[in-house]
Amino acid sequence: MPDELNHLPLIQRVLAREKDTPGALLPILHAIQAGAGYIPDIAVGEIAHALNLSQAEVRGVLSFYHDFRTTPPARHTLRLCRAESCQSRGAEALAAQLREQLGMDDHGRSEDGALDLRPVYCLGACACSPALELDGQLHARVTPERLRALVASCREEVKAC
Amino acid sequence: MLSLCISCDSLARAAGADQVAEALTHEAAQRNLPLRIKRTSSRGLYWLEPLVELDTAQGRLGFGPVAPEDIPGLLDALAGDHAGHALALGPVEDIPYLKTQQRLLFARAGITRPLSLDDYHANGGFEGLRQATLLDGDEVVAAVLDSGLRGRGGAAFPAGIKWRTVRQASAAQKYVVCNADEGDSGTFADRMLMEGDPFLLIEGMIIAGLAVGASKGYIYVRSEYPDAVRVLNEAILLAREAGYLDVAGSGVAFDLEVRVGAGAYICGEETALLESLEGKRGIVRAKPPLPALEGLFGQPTLVHNVLTLASVPIILAKGAAYYRDFGMGRSLGTLPFQLAGNIRQGGLVERAFGLTLRELVEGYGGGTASGRPIKAAQVGGPLGAWVPPGQFDTPLDYEAFAAIGAMLGHGGVVLADDTLNMAGMARFALQFCAEESCGKCTPCRIGSTRGMEVVDRLIASTDPAYRESQAGLLRDLCDTMQYGSLCAMGGMTPYPVVSALKHFPADFGLEAAQ
Repeated sequence: MPDELNHLPLIQRVLAREKDTPGALLPILHAIQAGAGYIPDIAVGEIAHALNLSQAEVRGVLSFYHDFRTTPPARHTLRLCRAESCQSRGAEALAAQLREQLGMDDHGRSEDGALDLRPVYCLGACACSPALELDGQLHARVTPERLRALVASCREEVKAC
Repeated sequence: MLSLCISCDSLARAAGADQVAEALTHEAAQRNLPLRIKRTSSRGLYWLEPLVELDTAQGRLGFGPVAPEDIPGLLDALAGDHAGHALALGPVEDIPYLKTQQRLLFARAGITRPLSLDDYHANGGFEGLRQATLLDGDEVVAAVLDSGLRGRGGAAFPAGIKWRTVRQASAAQKYVVCNADEGDSGTFADRMLMEGDPFLLIEGMIIAGLAVGASKGYIYVRSEYPDAVRVLNEAILLAREAGYLDVAGSGVAFDLEVRVGAGAYICGEETALLESLEGKRGIVRAKPPLPALEGLFGQPTLVHNVLTLASVPIILAKGAAYYRDFGMGRSLGTLPFQLAGNIRQGGLVERAFGLTLRELVEGYGGGTASGRPIKAAQVGGPLGAWVPPGQFDTPLDYEAFAAIGAMLGHGGVVLADDTLNMAGMARFALQFCAEESCGKCTPCRIGSTRGMEVVDRLIASTDPAYRESQAGLLRDLCDTMQYGSLCAMGGMTPYPVVSALKHFPADFGLEAAQ
């Protein structure tokens, strides 16, 4: 993927800054993902070289943690909490509504490319369940109507572009 | 000048606190009404958020929950007769939910601004550190031992014994690690404390560093808590600039760093957390060696939950005897309980150990939010048992909960009404374990998946004899997981499963046990 090369300066900047930090791999992956939106494949070899690790070790860490993604994200990311507290307040019905509204499963991308849907297990908003996080913004006491409106606003914005 | 306080806590903001603050500012400007809004931490009375507090000479008066459309009417009332307003709650500290609490850890909650060192100082901050610098390390360790403080992350191991072990270990480099990977559903006390009173955690970690001889501390925060990460980073900068991280006269420099997790539940297990801090997959380590002797980067490491470390300044400031006067039996001090799930009055309740679960969920919580009958409460997170109402008179005490096959854990309580199907929750517990297991030991890695399959077969069958046989198989499997797993993930996933089977057999299509 030639456009991955565009991320090379970012990757090298992060590595130059962090490579001597003890236990640097997670901070490095977080910094690259914050800048590029995902971990480009090209980063794996660069990181392995800088930290004197094998590529397998870097890939092993990359695949272990749910947060790291190896493909570019959609314009919006919605993380619906599916843990016990939110389940006791109707999170499963919200998940079913999303599946129907977007025509996809719990862990996918909407057809128009507007929205990535991912489950999350606890956002620490349990006193006001159910909760979700949209593009890093926490929403609590989510109702079916509010969820429908949030999703619709994400999709309209993409259509307008 | 009208002086108001509104919380900047992430959950208060998710409930609309920012919109309320903006609407107030806008409306006051239109009316040429002088207004000052202070953004404080949250009281933890989340069912009342967004809560607006009017600062008066007689104390703070509360109004809540406030919606942006309430603002014009609220401003009219604030300028005149506010006691009669529909949202008026009276003096906030007289609200029974708050008034009856025993707040040691959360003494400043809702009162101070999280990043104000002045506010922290003015409300007793750094008194524990001051006392600690007057003592030698052995005396600080003795105080922690005498206080009876036990690890608040769930395992409840006596904290002072860990401190003594790390202090007595000889090594050129030691570490203090704060486990802030609060992944359990139904818990949010760590988040509230880090967002609302970050200097308390920092103070506790400095004292720990001084006492055990560690010069470096890490706070490992889960990535789902971006506000806590931001607040802690800013607080560490402020504390460093003010000279607190290089304790004068102690001869020990101590520095702190925040590290962010990456969405792996297992990293709340202390050895997996250490692996993650080292930049590896979060795979559980076999113990021994204990982290106190060979922890982070192979060095002696004191690993504690947020609330354990944050309890230390109070113990040093007020004395071990003061702290251990709270509580019962071997559960001493206070525990911030967290009321969550299908509950009318969700929030934080800090009380001494010993009150009953019923007082907590019915008294403070006010029963279910849906108004339907209570079915059960899951205490202690996703690895905790489902407790039926028949056992709600059990005192909240580590040993009393262990005696009924449950656990107190981190003090989270998720309430459920009669519409929640417990066979579904048992399956969910196993599914969660299958997804989040680190994979190192077989009972957890394979047992969780096999358990899910057994529950599916059990629920799908219409043959009572077959159902009984599958239930027997599930109990056997849970037994293997409980006693054969390497850590609490596989070892305690059986708690919600077995308790659901035992107390709610009808949800599995089983006859009640004789």
